Amino acid sequence: MASLSKPNAPRFDVDIFQNEYLAEGAREVNAIVTVTATGGGTSAGRLPASADGGDAAVVIMIDCSGSMDYPASKMRNAREATAAAIDTLRDGVAFAVVAGTHEAAEVYPGGGELAVADPSTRAAARTALRRLTPMGGTAIGTWLALAQRLFESRPERSIRHGILLTDGRNEHEKPADLQAVLERAAGYFTADCRGVGTDWEVDELRRISSALLGTVDIVAEPSGLADDFRAMMSTAMGKQVADVALRIWTPANAVVKYVKQVAPSVEDLTGRRSGAGPRAGDYPTGSWGDESRDYHVCVEVPAATVGDEMLAARVSLVLPRPDGTADTLSQGLVRAVWTDDLASSTRINQQVAHYTGQAELAASIQEGLAAHRAGDVDRATAKLGAAVRLAHVTGNDGTFRLLEKVVDVVDPKEGTVRFRKNVSEADSMTLETRSTKTVRVKR
Amino acid sequence: MPQQQTVCPSCAEPLGPDDAYCGACGHSTAEPAGTRVVTDARGPGATVPDLPAAGPAAGTCVHCGAAGLAPDGYCESCGKAQPKPRDHQERAMAGVAGVSDRGLRHHRNEDAFTVAGTSLPGGRPAVVAVVCDGVSSSARPDEASATAVDAASESLLSSLERGDDPTAAMRRAIADAARAVTELAYDDKNRARPDGGLNAPACTYVSAIAADGLVTIGWVGDTRAYWIPDDRESAEPYRLTEDDSWAARMVAAGLMGEAEAYADPRAHAITGWLGADAEELVPHTVSFTPHVPGVVLICTDGLWNYAEAATDLAFFVRADARTQPLAAARSLVDFAVTAGGHDNITVAVLPITPGEPEHEPTLLDLPVQRPAAEAAPAPQGHAATLPDGPPSAPPAPPAPPMPPFPPAPAPLD
Repeated sequence: MASLSKPNAPRFDVDIFQNEYLAEGAREVNAIVTVTATGGGTSAGRLPASADGGDAAVVIMIDCSGSMDYPASKMRNAREATAAAIDTLRDGVAFAVVAGTHEAAEVYPGGGELAVADPSTRAAARTALRRLTPMGGTAIGTWLALAQRLFESRPERSIRHGILLTDGRNEHEKPADLQAVLERAAGYFTADCRGVGTDWEVDELRRISSALLGTVDIVAEPSGLADDFRAMMSTAMGKQVADVALRIWTPANAVVKYVKQVAPSVEDLTGRRSGAGPRAGDYPTGSWGDESRDYHVCVEVPAATVGDEMLAARVSLVLPRPDGTADTLSQGLVRAVWTDDLASSTRINQQVAHYTGQAELAASIQEGLAAHRAGDVDRATAKLGAAVRLAHVTGNDGTFRLLEKVVDVVDPKEGTVRFRKNVSEADSMTLETRSTKTVRVKR
Repeated sequence: MPQQQTVCPSCAEPLGPDDAYCGACGHSTAEPAGTRVVTDARGPGATVPDLPAAGPAAGTCVHCGAAGLAPDGYCESCGKAQPKPRDHQERAMAGVAGVSDRGLRHHRNEDAFTVAGTSLPGGRPAVVAVVCDGVSSSARPDEASATAVDAASESLLSSLERGDDPTAAMRRAIADAARAVTELAYDDKNRARPDGGLNAPACTYVSAIAADGLVTIGWVGDTRAYWIPDDRESAEPYRLTEDDSWAARMVAAGLMGEAEAYADPRAHAITGWLGADAEELVPHTVSFTPHVPGVVLICTDGLWNYAEAATDLAFFVRADARTQPLAAARSLVDFAVTAGGHDNITVAVLPITPGEPEHEPTLLDLPVQRPAAEAAPAPQGHAATLPDGPPSAPPAPPAPPMPPFPPAPAPLD
C-alpha cells in the first residue's frame, strides 16, 4: 500500500470484514472497515523523527462565564488544567489561549496570532492564565470563530486542533449563529469538547464535537480537569496527518445507506459526504496519529442474479492535495456475491453483528434518557433495559457499569431493569455522554 | 486465482512470487482468458490451435458495456466482476481433451483440470488427465483444486516417465496432491492460516492414465470416471468410480436402497476429500483394458448431476467423441449448462482405440480390479466392490465372479 512521503507520517492499512454472500434478491451489503494507522510519531513510545511540532497548531478555549465561579474551585481547576495542557505542548507547536464568554478574548499571546511553544512562551502563557476570570455569558460560536481566525494566521500549519471547555449552555447566541460558525470550521480544524459540572447540555456539546470530528466527555468534578487536559493534549500531539477522508466508491445505481464510525465511538458520517468524482464520495475522518478506527459501511446495490459477483464498494483512505487531487493511502474492497447456498448467505459476520449491537446500544441509552427527561418512565425503562442487555451480550463492560449507576439491573440477559431512586445528575450525564463509546470484538 | 508460477511459461526464467511479467522476455505471467491450451513439449502429438479468447475487447465491461475497468477486474461503472481466466478453459492435445466452465450459479470456477502427455521409457505414448473439484464450504477451494491438479499431473508424468506401474503412479499422485492441498492450510511458518471459520482448503480428485492399452483411474470424493464405448448397442457404458459420499456408503453398507439413499438430503455429502482436515486419505484406483473403441470420461458432479447413470450420460456423449474429444467435452459442458449449470462443470475425454490384441480374445471389455497386492486398501463400503454399472443395467460380468478375471496385461515391467 502507498505510504506518505513524510518519514514520520503513519502508514494506513484497511481491513474489510464482511459476509460477501447474498441470497437471491438481497441487495444490502454490510461491511466493517478497520482503518489502522501505524508508524507515526507515537508508536512504540518513540518521538517522531522530526519532533519539532512544526505542522501543528492548538487553540485552547476556556469558558469564563460567571458560573465558572460557582464553586470558585471550577475556575481555579480550569486554569490548572490549561497550564497542564500547555506543559504538554511539544516544542514548535503553535498555540493560543482564548477566554470564552458571550464574546471571545485572546488571553495569550494576543494580537491575533499564535505563539510557538518553547520554554519561555510556555512560561509566559502560564502567567497569562491569571487573566482567565469568570464574568459574562456563553456564546461558544464566538470562541470557535476566534480560534479559526487564529489558525488562519498560520495557514501552513496543517494539523489544527481546538480544546474547548464549557460549564453551561450556549445561552447568549442564536443556535443558527453557532451552526454557521460550525459549518465554516468543519474541515478546517478539529476540536475536543469537555463539559465540566452538570449544567451543560450533552446534545449541544456533542453537536460541536461531531461537527469538528473530536471527542466529547464530561468532567463532573473540576479537580479531574488537569489530568483530562493533559491526556487530551497528549493525544493531540500524537496526530501526524490531518484531513484524511474515507472515500467510498459504489457502483452505478447503488446507494450508500449509511457510513458510521463505530469504534472507538459511534459517529454517524452519512450526512457528511462530499462528492469526489463519479460514484464516489468523501467522508471526513479528521486527523490521525497511531490509532485504529472501525467504520460500518452499508450499501444497497442493484439486484443481481445468483452466480454474479459485484464490487459493492471500494473503500479508500485519501489525503487531499492542495491542487484538488488526492493521494490514496490504502484501500479495501467490499464485495457482493450472490449464491443459492443458504449456509453461505445466512452466515452472520461477527464484526457486523457486534457493531450493529453497539450502535443500537448507544441509541437505546440516548432514547431512554430522553424519555426519562420527558417523564415517560415506561419507555425509559424499556430502552435502558434493552441497553443493559446489549451491553451485556456485546461485552461492553464500561457502558454496563455506567448503566448500573442509573438503573438497578435485575436480569442482564433479559434486560430487566428498574430505575434507581435519586440518580445523580452527574451519573445520568456521564451515561449519556459516554453512550457512544464502543468496545471491539474479542478476537 | 492465477496459479503461482515459479518459472516463466515462455522462456523458463525463474520468477518471483510478485512478478507480473517475466524479467527476461517480458511474457505476462497472467494466463490469457480461456485460451490456455497445453503445449507440453513432452506431449506425444501436436496441440490443437488456440481457441479464440472468450472475453470481449479489453477494457469494456461485459455486463454493462462501460469502458472503464479497474485493474482488479471490476467494472468502474456497474461494479460487476469481469470474466476470469478460469471461468472457461479448454485444453486439448492428441489423445485427450478437457473443458471446464463456471456454470451459471457459482461466482467462480472452483474446478480445475489438466491434460498432458508423455512417453513411457519404451517410447510409447501415455496421456493423463486430472480433474479436481474444490469443496465450496472450505476456504479457498479454487486454490485447493488448482494445487491438487498441478501436483498430481507433475507426479503422474514423472512416475510414468520413470516406467512406474500406472496404479503405483496413480497412488503416488493422489498422495502428492493430498500433501500439496494440506500445505495450503498452513502459512510459510507452518502455522495454521486463519480462514474465517471455514474448513481447511479441500477438493475432490479423479484422474485417468491411458498407456499401452491400459486405462487406470484414481479418485477421492465424488468426482467420477465413466467408460463410454463407441458402439453403445453391443457394449455397455460403465461408471468406473464409486463415490466417497454418504449415499454411496449407505448403499454399500446395505443400510438403504439406492433410491432411498439418493433421495436423502445428505446424499451428496462427501466422505472423502483431499485437505488438511481429511480424516484419512483413502485413494481408490481401478484399471481395465478396453477391447472396443470408446472414451474414458472423467468429470465433476457439475456434469453428472444432470445425467447420473452411465447409460444416461452416454446419451449426451457424441458418437464421434473418440475422434473429436474436445468437441465431445464441449458438448457435455454445454449440456450441463443448458440443464441449469448449477455447479462448476469440468470434463476430460480420453479416446481409447484398442490396438492389435495382445491378450486372450476371450477377455471381456470390463473393468477389472488390479491384483490385491497393488490395489487400494479399500475403505469400508468399498471393500472388494467393483464400481457399479447403472442401476438399470444388468450385471455385466457373467459368472465366474470378479477375481477370476485375468488381470489386465501389465503394460510394462
